[in-house]
Amino acid sequence: MENKKKEPLLRVVKHAELSRGQTLLLRLLAVVQALIVGGLFIALIGYNPFEIYGTMISGCFRSAMAFQATIKFCIPMCISALGVTLAFKMKFWNIGGEGQLIMGAIFASFFALFCSDMPHYLLLLVMFIAGFVGGGLWGLIPAVCREKWGTNETLFTLMLNYIALYTISFLRDGPWRDPQAAGFNKIARFDPNATLDKVFGIQAGWIIMLVLVVLVAVYLKKTKQGYEIGVVGESRDTARYAGINVKRVVLRTMFLSGGIAGIAGMVQATGSDITLSTGVAGGVGFTGIIIAWLAQLSPAVSLLISFAFSILVKGSSVVQSTYGLSTDCADVLQGIILFFIMAMEFFIRYKIVFRGHAEKTPIAASKKKEEDEA
Amino acid sequence: MAETTHAIRCEKITKIFGSVVANDQIDLDVRYGEILALLGENGSGKTTLMNMISGIYHPDGGTIYVDGKPASIQSPLDAQNLGIGMIHQHFKLVNIFSAMENIELGTPGKKLPRKILKQNVLELCEKYGLETDPEKPIHAMSVSEKQTVEILKVLYRGARILILDEPTAVLTPQETEKLFAILRQMRKIGCAVIIITHKLNEVLSISDRVAILRKGKSYGTVNTAEVDVSALTELMVGHAVTLEIDRPTPQEPQDILKLVDLTVRRNDGSIALDDINFTIRSGEILGVAGIAGSGQKELCETIAGLIAPSQGAILYKKENLAGKTPRELIDMGISMSFVPEDRLGMGLVAGMGMTDNMLLKSYTHNKGPFIDRAPSRALAESLIEKLGIVTSGVEAPVRLMSGGNVQKVLLGREIESNPHLLITAYPVRGLDINSSYQVYELLNEQKKKGVAVVYIGEDLDVLLQLCDRILVMCHGRITGIVDAKTITKEQIGLMMTGATAEEVMEYGK
Repeated sequence: MENKKKEPLLRVVKHAELSRGQTLLLRLLAVVQALIVGGLFIALIGYNPFEIYGTMISGCFRSAMAFQATIKFCIPMCISALGVTLAFKMKFWNIGGEGQLIMGAIFASFFALFCSDMPHYLLLLVMFIAGFVGGGLWGLIPAVCREKWGTNETLFTLMLNYIALYTISFLRDGPWRDPQAAGFNKIARFDPNATLDKVFGIQAGWIIMLVLVVLVAVYLKKTKQGYEIGVVGESRDTARYAGINVKRVVLRTMFLSGGIAGIAGMVQATGSDITLSTGVAGGVGFTGIIIAWLAQLSPAVSLLISFAFSILVKGSSVVQSTYGLSTDCADVLQGIILFFIMAMEFFIRYKIVFRGHAEKTPIAASKKKEEDEA
Repeated sequence: MAETTHAIRCEKITKIFGSVVANDQIDLDVRYGEILALLGENGSGKTTLMNMISGIYHPDGGTIYVDGKPASIQSPLDAQNLGIGMIHQHFKLVNIFSAMENIELGTPGKKLPRKILKQNVLELCEKYGLETDPEKPIHAMSVSEKQTVEILKVLYRGARILILDEPTAVLTPQETEKLFAILRQMRKIGCAVIIITHKLNEVLSISDRVAILRKGKSYGTVNTAEVDVSALTELMVGHAVTLEIDRPTPQEPQDILKLVDLTVRRNDGSIALDDINFTIRSGEILGVAGIAGSGQKELCETIAGLIAPSQGAILYKKENLAGKTPRELIDMGISMSFVPEDRLGMGLVAGMGMTDNMLLKSYTHNKGPFIDRAPSRALAESLIEKLGIVTSGVEAPVRLMSGGNVQKVLLGREIESNPHLLITAYPVRGLDINSSYQVYELLNEQKKKGVAVVYIGEDLDVLLQLCDRILVMCHGRITGIVDAKTITKEQIGLMMTGATAEEVMEYGK
């Protein structure tokens, strides 16, 4: 027989559960690797990666104004990450943050455009609630359909994004068209009475963001409803067994999830854009998913990662104006970071054993076991 | 010279999953014309070892010799080419195909004409003393018929070394006897047979030698003729164990729950429970026996309020519980506990720690929108102490715990709610002997406190020793409710396949 003792060249082996610290270290390592590879990419297109990275960082912090601009990017990203966090905790794959954000912006804009003579703070409150309800209802639709007819929430929420986006185009070209607009159709700029105030030179959305971070964290950790979300997410059977009304939890949570995204839309339209345009979301709903995922659904960590991402976004726009390097490069860099972190998830759980190197492991392990027993 | 007669010889086989050493330098050998029983508790590494021999896993260390030569088994196909065939615990058959189509499926070469294929299958059946109808589709077969097809499948591929993973777990005593006759015939023809089991009586009746695994290590091989049940237990567990289960006499049993004309349909419309009637009494353990899938699961879930019956009533102190949801049952103040079959998928939240799992049934007690974890943490800590639960802490996810500890967490929580009725579905499945006896003790304690206990079981020996009455189910019907003290295992076996209690009593005489 030609059967010789031979083992496959590569084998994937599950290794012991790592401690929190080791996991964190591996994730940081992934970011460092990503920056290195990103640097190679920058070098490849003919720039000095150290200079580019340096400009990115300094571009975000060189002045109060630069820093304020960085925070401005951070706000919608972080709030929409908080929104999807609720849904993801329930394992409801809501990738419709973008659409829910847009709907929130549309609902809030209605009051900004047509009720701008209300008292300032009352108007802000009404717009805030409108944004929340608009996003919430947009999040409720896929939840109702899934609970009633078992539709696929991923596709459903994705499709709703496009409907929401083109609703803005419709409003811009039709009923909400600014009659004074010359040339391109657009929606009128909001009355100053209908814009968010500035606090420390940044639109007040950052306060809303910080409050939401705390609220969502407390909601998930300390309330009955938050606990129910966790149980439903782990197993619907267990939830049913415990007497939880699964349907109600799903609908409620999706309303909240969409609602928070809607708040992001309201904040972006009335705080930063001061109008409603098709660029109100600009992919932030998707970035929010990435952030929530990287943060392992922790609201506090989401805040940190949003800030890191906003450095990337703001930094790359500075790089563009300084070096003429397109902001698309920031997207490439984001992609690389994500790729490395996702890949690292694999190594957190598994390791690869090469042919001939297997012998070491059992002996080392059994030695360790003996030590443990001793 | 002795080397050549070995069908399989394992030398220092090691396999590691994460930090768990599933197999630690295991030696094992089996010869042609021999039946070897592989004995060990759950988690001792039996299935892992066999999966390496049949090419599903690759060992991290050690060598497997087939016919005396070192073999490289990288896939089930390699194993097949070496004449090794494994019959898994969960059948791998295509439901809508006939027996012979399943048997032919995946074999190299052209598709044979039906006539010849049928001829081949029947010849094979005759050679080994198997019975099957080659044209019968799998979905119309009983569990034991399906198993026969699985065996034919590996024989058709020329297997001379057969591995059976807990083949008797799903069989009635009569079907088990039939299977053993087939295995003996294979031995006569010269096959090597390895049978994995943890039923000691079966080991004694079928095998020539017994190899014992304990916690991933091999503890030698003994000749079956030289051992008895208690010696085997000691080898398997590592210390002497008393194998008797207490059965205290019920104190003034009273009717507590009455099921009347209950019919339950599954989601697909098929009938799971067919017009059943019985009474559950306090201070008594009612056993439920039946082949897997005879309606036990639906019975539990209907009583617990998870499934609404299509007909009939569940009467609790003259109130009808049928169709009430678990929340409504709790609100009605009915203290019923249910230990489901799927512990991590239904009874517990796998990713949460003990504290949060204790909360599951009580989190609504706290007023206001917030939860109070303090009582749950205290409960978790007291359970750890009372039941000797091994865990790295009350916040460590329960999915990281061993099966026995998971069951203690679940059972502990349910018992702590002081139920009047305790329903347990397969509470000792997957547990080692010590944990199993601890569970029996806990159930007996509840019984003594006057709780009505329902015990869905699969091991008839345990049912006969632990329960007061045994309800036997077959295809969603009750074939009889009998006194556990007087009935025999064989009689229950017959009732599991459809005979009524009256017929069985007749047969007993």
